[in-house]
Amino acid sequence: MNDRSDIQGQDALEHPHVERHSHAGHSQAPLNHPTVALVGNPNVGKSLVFNFLSGLYVDVSNYPGTTVEYTRGAYKGYEIFDTPGVYGISAFTAEEAVTRDVVLESDIILNIVDAVHLERDLFLTQQLIDMGKKIVVVLNFMDEVRKIGLEINTELLASSLGVTVIETTATTKKGFDRIDDALTKAHTGERPPALHHKLHEMLKLTGSEAEALLILEGDEATAQRHGVAPGHEREPLYIERRNRVNLIINSVLSERNVRTRIATLVGRWAVNPWTGIPMLFAALYLIYLFVGKLVADDLVDFTENTIGHQLWEPWIRGVIAQVIAPDSALGTLLVGEFGVITLTVTYLLFLLLPLVIAFYLSLAFMEDSGYLPRLAALVDRSLNALGLNGAAIIPLILGFGCVTMATITTRLLGSEREKTIAAAILQFAIPCSAQLAVVAALLAGAGFTVMVIYSITIFIIFVAVGTILHRVLPGSATPLLIDLPPIRFPRLDNVARKTAYRSYYFMKEATPWFFAGALGVGLLQLTGLLTVWQDLLEPFTTRWLQLPREASTAFVMGMVRRDFGAAGLYQLTLSQYQILVALVTITLFTPCIASFMVMMKERGLREAFVVWAGTWIVAFAVGGLLSQALL
Amino acid sequence: MQTSPVALSKAAKGSRLVILDIPEGRARSQLLRLGVTRGELVRCLERLPGGTVVILKHRQEIAIGVGLAAHILVAYAGTEK
Repeated sequence: MNDRSDIQGQDALEHPHVERHSHAGHSQAPLNHPTVALVGNPNVGKSLVFNFLSGLYVDVSNYPGTTVEYTRGAYKGYEIFDTPGVYGISAFTAEEAVTRDVVLESDIILNIVDAVHLERDLFLTQQLIDMGKKIVVVLNFMDEVRKIGLEINTELLASSLGVTVIETTATTKKGFDRIDDALTKAHTGERPPALHHKLHEMLKLTGSEAEALLILEGDEATAQRHGVAPGHEREPLYIERRNRVNLIINSVLSERNVRTRIATLVGRWAVNPWTGIPMLFAALYLIYLFVGKLVADDLVDFTENTIGHQLWEPWIRGVIAQVIAPDSALGTLLVGEFGVITLTVTYLLFLLLPLVIAFYLSLAFMEDSGYLPRLAALVDRSLNALGLNGAAIIPLILGFGCVTMATITTRLLGSEREKTIAAAILQFAIPCSAQLAVVAALLAGAGFTVMVIYSITIFIIFVAVGTILHRVLPGSATPLLIDLPPIRFPRLDNVARKTAYRSYYFMKEATPWFFAGALGVGLLQLTGLLTVWQDLLEPFTTRWLQLPREASTAFVMGMVRRDFGAAGLYQLTLSQYQILVALVTITLFTPCIASFMVMMKERGLREAFVVWAGTWIVAFAVGGLLSQALL
Repeated sequence: MQTSPVALSKAAKGSRLVILDIPEGRARSQLLRLGVTRGELVRCLERLPGGTVVILKHRQEIAIGVGLAAHILVAYAGTEK
C-alpha cells in the first residue's frame, strides 16, 4: 500500500531531485509522479496549504468562488493540484466540474477540512471515501476550535472514517510538517457494505469505483463518458451519507460552554439592515478616505507633479534632446504632447500605479474579512429587481478592480440570463480601478457637488441597464443560496501579497496598451488624422457635450483603455461641470479592448457587439443630456 | 411543540425551526450537503425585508433568497431562551 518511505526532508519550499515511483492499480502510466489533489469546501485553507507545499502563490480569498480553475505545482516526488472549493463532488456548478475531474485523475486526496464546521465539511470527506479514493484528512483551524470551546476527538474521527487525520492551523502553519509523513500513509477509508455492493454492480461498466459512484449519484458527464444512463440514486445516497456523518459528529464532537466570538457578532450585524447598511456606508467611506483622499489627493499630487512633471519629464527630455531633435517626427512621438516616454510613463507609474495599489488593497481587505457574502445577503432583494440575486454583488464589486477579470467571474452565476445581465452592467456602468483612479483624481479637483452628481448618474445607469434587461429577457432570477464564511481579521501578509500580485499583473497587462495607445495617438497627430477625427466628432464634442474639441482625442484613447481615455482628459482645461460631463461620458463609453475580448469569449460575438454599440449611444446621450441641463 | 407549517421566508427572526419540506431540485441536494434537510433543526438568524433569510445550522450560516425560502416549509420548534 505504501511505497514512498524514501521521501524525506522537511523544507517544503525546496524541490529536490525528481523521484519516480511505480504506482500500480491506477489508470496512470507507471512512471508518472503520484498526483495529490487538495480538495475541500470553500475557505478552508486549501490555497494556504498549496502555497506551503508548492512554494507557488495562488489567490486566497475568504469567500466562495475565488478559484475557478485548478492550479498545478510540484512537491517533492508528488505532483499536486489545488482545486476550487466545493461542498460535494458532482457538477452543480462550474467549479464542481473542475474539481470532479481533478479528483477522478488523482492518486491521493489531501482533504482539507474546516474543523469549526465539521458537520458541513465531512459530507465531502465521506463522499471522497465512498468514491474509494486514498485520503488524508487535514483538520484545519484547530486553534479556532479550541478558542470557541469545541472539542474534537481526532483519534476517534480517524478510526470512524478509517483514514489518517492530522491537526493543523493554517495561519501559523502549525502541523504542516506532518503532511509529508501522512501522505505516505494515505489509504482508502470505511464504506458501508450496502454501498460497496451497489458500486460492484456498476463497476463492470466503468472500471473505477469513483466513477461508478458518481454515475449512481446522477452525474451526467461521467455517465456520458461511459455511455450509460445517469442513475437516480442521488437523494437516497446523500441522505444515507448525511446520516452517517451526523452519527460520526455525535460521537467525536463535544461542545463545552461554547462562546460567541465578537467576529461572529460582527458577521450577524453585517446582515441586519439596521446595522448592516451603516456598516456598508462606513466601509465605503473608509475606502473613499483612503483611496480618494489620502492616495488620489495627497500621494498622487506628489508623485505625479513633483516626480513626474517636474523631475522625470524634463530629465528624459534633456537626455533625448542630445540624440534626437525634439521637433522631429520621432522626437514628437517620444517626448512630444502625447510622448511615449514622457506622458505615458508619468501616467503609468506616477498616477495609475499608486491608485491601483490602493484599490486592490481595499478590495483585498473586504474579500479576506468574509464581508462580501454577507453583503450578498444584504443586497439580495435589491438585486432581484435587476434580475440578479445577491451573489452577483461579487463580480460587480470585483469590477471596480478590473472589469475584464470580473466578466470572467460572471461564470459563477446561476443562469445564462444572470450572466448576460451582470456582464452588461459591468461593461456599461462599472468603472474599473484604473479608470476610477483617474476619475477620482479629476473629481477631487471638481468639488463635492460634481462628485455627487457623477455618482448618482452612474448609479441610475447601473439600475437602468439591469432593470431594462430584466424586463426584456425572458425568465426570472435564480434564488440565492450561499454559505457565509466566518468573519476573520484579514492576514496582513496575505493582503499584501495579493495586492502586490494583482497590481503587478494589472500593470503588466495595461502597460503595452498604454504605450501602443500613446504611439497611435501620436501617429494620428503627426499624420493630421487627429484633426480629421476631431472635425468628425466636432458636432458631438463641442455642441452636444459642450467640451473643447480636443476632448475627442480622449475618446480615441478610450477605445483602447477607458482609464487611458480618462487620463486623456487630464491635460484639458475644463470647468467644474465640463469635468462632470466629460467623466460621465468616458465612464459610460466603450469598455477597454481586453474586456471586450473577454466579453466576446464569454458571452459571444452578438452580445459583445450589441453592448459595445450600446455604450456609444448611452455615453453620448447621457453626457449630452447632462451638458444641456447644466452648462 | 411544533406548530403549523410556515414558509421559511416568513419565519420570525431568532426562532428555532424544524425543516418540513424543501422543493425538489439542485437546491435540495445542495442544502442536503450542508446538512439542512427534512427533520433537521435550524435557527433563523435574520429575516431581511423582502424575505431573504439567514439560517444557522450548527455553526454554519447560510443565506437563502426569497425565491427559494418561500418554498421551504418549516414549523416553529420553540423560541430560544
